[in-house]
Formats: sequence, C-alpha cells, structure tokens
Amino acid sequence: MNWQTLPQQLANGIFQGSIYALFALGYTLIFGVLDILNLAHAAIFMMTAVAAWYLIAGLGLNFVVALIIASIVGGLLGVLLDRVAFWRLRQQHAPHLSALISSIAMATIFEGMVVLLPTLGADADSRIIGADLHHFPAGSIPSGNLNFGTMLSLPPIKLLVLVVALLLMFGLQYMLRRTRLGREMRAVAESPKASALLGINIEAVFAKTFFIASALGGVAGVLYALTYNTLTSDMGNAVELKGLAAIILGGMGSIVGSVVGGFIIGLAEVLSIALGGSNWSDAVAFIVLFLMLLVRPNGLFGARATRTG
Amino acid sequence: MSSNKKFGSRLALVALVALALSACDLGGTASSTAPTATPAAGSNAVTASPTTAGSSMVMTNTASMGGGTAMTNTASMGGDNMANTVMLGAALSQSKTAKVYGDSQSKAIKMAMDEINAAGGINGKQITIDIQDDASNPKQAATVYQKFINDKVIAIIGPTLSNSAATADPLAQQAQIPVLAVSNTAGGIVDIGDYIYRDSLSEAQVIPNTIKVAKAKLNISKVALIYGNDDAFTKAGYSVFKQALAANGITITTEQTFQKGNINFSAQITAIKGSNPDAIVASALLPEGEGMIKEARNQGMTVPIIGGNGFNSAKLMSDLGQQAEGVYVGAAWNSAGGNQASQDFVKNFTAKYGNAPDQFAAQAYSGVYILADALKRAKSMSGADVRDALKTTKITVPLGDFTFLPTRDANHTPVVQMVQGGKFVVVQ
Repeated sequence: MNWQTLPQQLANGIFQGSIYALFALGYTLIFGVLDILNLAHAAIFMMTAVAAWYLIAGLGLNFVVALIIASIVGGLLGVLLDRVAFWRLRQQHAPHLSALISSIAMATIFEGMVVLLPTLGADADSRIIGADLHHFPAGSIPSGNLNFGTMLSLPPIKLLVLVVALLLMFGLQYMLRRTRLGREMRAVAESPKASALLGINIEAVFAKTFFIASALGGVAGVLYALTYNTLTSDMGNAVELKGLAAIILGGMGSIVGSVVGGFIIGLAEVLSIALGGSNWSDAVAFIVLFLMLLVRPNGLFGARATRTG
Repeated sequence: MSSNKKFGSRLALVALVALALSACDLGGTASSTAPTATPAAGSNAVTASPTTAGSSMVMTNTASMGGGTAMTNTASMGGDNMANTVMLGAALSQSKTAKVYGDSQSKAIKMAMDEINAAGGINGKQITIDIQDDASNPKQAATVYQKFINDKVIAIIGPTLSNSAATADPLAQQAQIPVLAVSNTAGGIVDIGDYIYRDSLSEAQVIPNTIKVAKAKLNISKVALIYGNDDAFTKAGYSVFKQALAANGITITTEQTFQKGNINFSAQITAIKGSNPDAIVASALLPEGEGMIKEARNQGMTVPIIGGNGFNSAKLMSDLGQQAEGVYVGAAWNSAGGNQASQDFVKNFTAKYGNAPDQFAAQAYSGVYILADALKRAKSMSGADVRDALKTTKITVPLGDFTFLPTRDANHTPVVQMVQGGKFVVVQ
C-alpha cells in the first residue's frame, strides 16, 4: 500500500461507514423498541431512494427538498409495513420468527413493486425502474471536490452524509432520553402490557417508531443513491448485510453502538482494500464482527442500551 | 424480556448467516452470457413490412403463424424439398433479458434477407428465414431448435446468448444442421462440433488487439487492472487482459476487484491512484464499469480507461457524459468508418428503421450474407455440404474482410474505439 493514500482511504472508510451507520440507526430502533428484526428495512431504503429519484428527475426538485419529502414517504411506507406485516402478528402474539419471515415477504413485495414502476425520460416506454440502472440528472447533485493538498479530496455530498448521520444519531438519542415519545418508546420496549396499563397508546407508539425508523432508513437510501449517483432495485442488498453486522457489532438496540458499528465495518472494508486485499473486503467486515462477538457477545454497547438511554 | 433479547440476537445471527449464504449463491450463478451492448435507441420503433410483394416469405414470431403463401410448417415439406425457397431458422431473444440485442438482430436479419432476395436470392431460389423467440432462455432455445430440426431448415442463425447456445447447439450438431452464431462470445461454443460456426469475435480475440493499439497510441508502460471477481465474463476478460498486457511488455501496478452490484469504488480507485498507473484496464460489465469510471474521474484521475466489450454501449456516454471521455473500448465493429459495405449498411439500416445499427445488428446482418454466400457455393443443400462451404468462406461484409479460422471462429480485424466528444471514434 502507498501510505500517501492513507488519509484518503480513511476518509473513504468513514464515508462508507456513515452510510452503514445511517442505515443501522433505523434498523436498531425497531429492534430495540419492538423486538422485531425488520428485514424489509433495506427495501424501504431502496423505495425511498426511488421516490427521491422521481422527485428530482421527474419534478426537477432540489435534492435537499427531495430528500425531506422522500424521507416522509419512507416513514409512511414504514407505517404501511407495520400495518401489513406486523400488526396482525402482534395481535395474535405470534412468535418472533413469524415477524421476521413476514418482513422478508414484504421486502420481496416492495422490490417486486419497484420493478413495475414506470421510468421517466426519453426511454420511458422501453425501460422500467427495476430492470435497469438509473442516474440522477446532471447538475442535480453538487459536484466538484474539496481538495486538501494532493493527499485528500472530499466530495461535498459525502461530507453531507457524514454530518447528517451524526446529527441524526444525536437527535435520536436526545429523543429517546428526553422527550415524551422517547419515554413511551422505552416503556413499550420494557413491557408493552405494562405500558398499555399505564395508559400509553402502544399502537400509536409502534406506528411512530416505524415512521421514524423508516424515515431514517429512507434518508440513508436517498443519500446513498445521491452519493454514488446510482439507483437500482437491489441497492438495499449490499447495505442490508453490512447494516445488520453494524447493529450486532455495536450491540443490538443501541443507538450509539449502531453508529460506531457502522463506522467500524466501513473502515474495515475500505482498509482491507487499501492493504491490497480487495478480494477480502467483504470477508474482513465479518471477521471483525466474529472476533467482536467472541470477546463481547452482546456487542460493543450491550443489549439494553435503548432503555437505559 | 431479557430472554427475548437473547433470542432476538440469536435470530439476528441466523438471519445474518442466511443472508450471507444467499449473497454467496448470487455470486456463484454469475452468468457468462453475451456482454452488454448498445441498447437500440428506439426499441419501440418501426416494424418493417416483411418483404417485397408477392414473395413467399415466412416472417413470423410464433409457430402457429408459420404458414406463408408457399410454405407450411409440416415436417414432410422440408426445406430441401422446396422448389424455389431455401428455408433458414433464426433463434433470437425477442423477449426477456436479451431482448435489446435480439430486436436489433432481427431487424438486421430481415433487412439482409430482403436485400439478398431482391438481388436474385440463392442461385434463383428465395431465402426464407423463420425467426423464433428463444426468450433469452436455454430451454426455450432448445425447443426452438427442435422445431427447426423438424422443419428441416438448411441452417440456423443464433441463438442470441452464449448460455442458450451451449444448450441448443448440440441438438443441431447431432442433426447435422449448420449453425452460425452471430452474437455468442463465450469460450467453448464452436467446440460443440464441426457444424457450429460464429461470426462474432470472442473477447480473447478483441482484447489483445485493444491492448496493442492502445499501447501504440497512448505509449503506456504500466497500468492498474480492475475486474469483477464473481462473474464468468469479467473474470475471463481479466485473464485475457493479463495475458495481453504481459505480451505487450506492460507492467501491472495493482490489481483490484469488485463484485456484482457494487456501487462504491472509492477504496479501489484510491489504491489505483496511489499506484500511479499510465492507464486503468477494466474487465467489467456496464453498471459496475460506469461506477468505477465515475469514481476515478471524481478522484481527479484523467488517465485513459481501457475496457472490453462490456463497455461497448452508447449508454456509457449518455450516463456519464463528460466523464466518459478518454475511455477506450475494443469491439468487433463500429458504425463510424469501416468498408463500403459497412457504410452502406449503416445508411440503409438507419433509413429503414430510424435508428443507427449497433454491433449486434452488424454481426447479424453480416451473418446472413455469410450464410447466403456459403449456400450459393455449396454442392447441395445438405448439412455436410453447407458446412464444407462455410469452411472456405471468403467474403467482404460490414464486419470487414471475413474468413473463418480453422477453429470455426470468426476471423476479421477488430476495432478500437475511444470516447471523444460524446461518441465512439475509431482509433487508428
């Protein structure tokens, strides 16, 4: 490895990690509060990016406006997901595995639906979203790099991803600790039954949790698509696995843990490529996870972090 | 609750393992089909009326519509029994994945057939080409071949994808019906048997020429090599590139890999940049190739990027715009320049269908002429005689001055193109 490239590679790893972190935030929130491993999170990640693409390529909206609107769409999709995939199972006290399977089914359905959506532009008749790779129109994303000497060059969109990931992490942490909704969420996480007896509308808490988590996943999806200017119906696959690794590494249900886990996975992946093992990049992320679980089976930040804040 | 948590963690791990396994599986089923190519700009464009009035063409897509004025599809009326037609079959992908190539091929084949018939056909007999949909699927290709064999066609063109050819061509070999592949580029296709020919250059033929021309033009001595390590096509391309680079005395500064579906190439490009190469050589299909080029340009690398047939698509320029400049692509054919036959073909095709032909059209069009030439020279219409006539092919078609190698592979000069001003220009 050429050591002069190290600053750039570290930056690459942090940016990649911030995408995983953003994705893992929503993932871990649903797990921490609702005890559901929501494997449809990656599908919402992708669907929200598709929504943003329609807003930017179709309506010509600014990417920040599109990001905000699309994240609301993502949140609503999350509520829909909860209603369709989990609500009924919850009523019937179905085992955890049912919810897991149900979320896989919804992920498949979402991906199938996207394949049927019509595309825009010159080739609108012949191509559909899911069947092809799509790009945002030229000029819709800030381009150009911020250069720091010859060692480091940073695209503004990646800096935005990093800032957004950190802001959302702190925001989510604050919300869980200090707000009424956060307290309700933690109460429901502790015991849905006791929460209901205390007068908490637990269905509303579930819906709000899904909304927030899915909006976060959606923001991750939009920023991911914008960063690499690429949109495909299976874009969630790569992130899903790494996001899951991030939340296990950080400790299931821990907000800070998921973000730290995301950064570790991102850095491990990039540094393995930098050190000459691009064949190993996926393996290294999971070797790190494996070693971590041997040392700390509950992950870096333990399993009960959500409730204790 | 805490036991629930523990259960959840375990569940997550199980799911993780399952996902990892499924990801591996995806990698394993990587296809070795024909490379990405130019999606015809107007795939919803004109369907030309089949042919000149009063002739006996059968130009259909479905077996049930197989009857023309002078033909029926009953097996008893084999092609060689017909007094005034020569019946050929073409299995092309008119639906599913490879439709974009198949549509282009079928337009070109219809056009070539009309031209040949208008010019007197095969020694006075008209050609009839029965075009059937192989649905981009080996099983359907085999079914279509079986129909052709039952119909006793003289020769078969196709199928569009190499995967389909690997399944269907042995049927034709067994029935001793010559096959001319017009888009298969994978290894092993012509090894199926002595009745299987192809006019499409394989990557192993195109890439060495690309490296030779690029070296002469760009004066490169060290390059970085990047390839997809989970796909048969890109891995094969990587081996050929590596051999060609060694043969031309070009050293490799670093080798990087990626997998299907990757969109983040920042780490690989940073590593490549740090190795300071004169050019980047890439064996990639279009989606990953575009991501890689974009990242290289974003990190400020302006060196030439040399690719294989996977980059041979107008989509490269429409997707990447300015960033595609300086990309070098080896190909069998380019619409700019070429011989007189090529220029006439481009002009007539564009006039007839409203969009310019791509490499797949040129190969299919040339294929009909190559077959027609062999049929004219064949001692009889028997499979063995047509096969022997193909062996001694020497004809000028849009692909260039064309012969077959003793291995039945195509033999003509490939071209090297570079992106300049938003389009492919032939590198001299």
